[in-house]
Amino acid sequence: MRRVAGWLAAFARFWYGFIVGDDWTVAATVTVALVVTLALRVAGWPAWWLTPLVVVAVVGVSLRRAGVRR
Amino acid sequence: MTGLSSSVALVFITTFGASAVEAIEMVTIVLGVGAIRGWRSTLAGTGAGLLVLAASIVVLGLALSAIPINVLRLVVGTLLLVFGLQWYRKGIRRVAARGLAGIGEEHFEGSEHQGPGLDWTAFTLAFKGVVLEGLEIAIIVVSFGASARQLRTAVVGGAAALAAIALAGVALKGVVTSIPRSLLQLIVGTLLTTFGSFWALEGLGVEWPAGDGAILGLLALYALAAAAYVSVERRRLFGFAPGG
Repeated sequence: MRRVAGWLAAFARFWYGFIVGDDWTVAATVTVALVVTLALRVAGWPAWWLTPLVVVAVVGVSLRRAGVRR
Repeated sequence: MTGLSSSVALVFITTFGASAVEAIEMVTIVLGVGAIRGWRSTLAGTGAGLLVLAASIVVLGLALSAIPINVLRLVVGTLLLVFGLQWYRKGIRRVAARGLAGIGEEHFEGSEHQGPGLDWTAFTLAFKGVVLEGLEIAIIVVSFGASARQLRTAVVGGAAALAAIALAGVALKGVVTSIPRSLLQLIVGTLLTTFGSFWALEGLGVEWPAGDGAILGLLALYALAAAAYVSVERRRLFGFAPGG
């Protein structure tokens, strides 16, 4: 039982590392950007530009924060 | 005519590159363990790990092929985008800090197994090295190939990279550890972020200006941003920009 729990914990850790990694704010910001993109599309506005701009911006913020932590 | 998002060459290049990034570490671990603990058990662990990876690819491939393309592109695109961004950020930081340096040799403690039977330490080290490094390869290769409707090309790209790195590791000592993995990681991170953005938004029903041609625009945007961020990071780390 403990062995199975260990395997499940390792599996969950793998997916957390794969999707979220060392900066959860990047994954969270990208998710919010995709939700807003969908809202823009549903409202009939051009929506393609938002996510790429958010991606570039959030990487800059993440790198800066990592640099400050060093 | 084949669209850019499902072009055979782009699928091959991306999956080959992504697999090569992880294969460098995988081959370095296997070579390090084999040299210290002996080859029989190391190769047995490597073979068992590769079997697990092959089974994962078949199961994942069958599962993803059954999902409608728009749902698949939204889910896989988002997954590739957030994962690609991790490599993109790590690539920027490592290229800024270490330039084109390789990963260096792995050092393992211990001595060659002399007794009868399998050396479980060597087996486990090799098995874990292959499965842990390879699982990311399997997920990227299958999800990328399924979204591009080029699963076979993606698997061939991944397998070719694994074979090439393994051959280079066996034939030319020291070559694998001197491959500029950070730069490779940044290039593949840029490609995964590009395709992830494109597919995730297509999955949401967003129309890209210029259709598949938008991929080239995204690639240019992310490549230019990466170059700018490397320059900023180098200035922060060393007080000067590349060439400065």
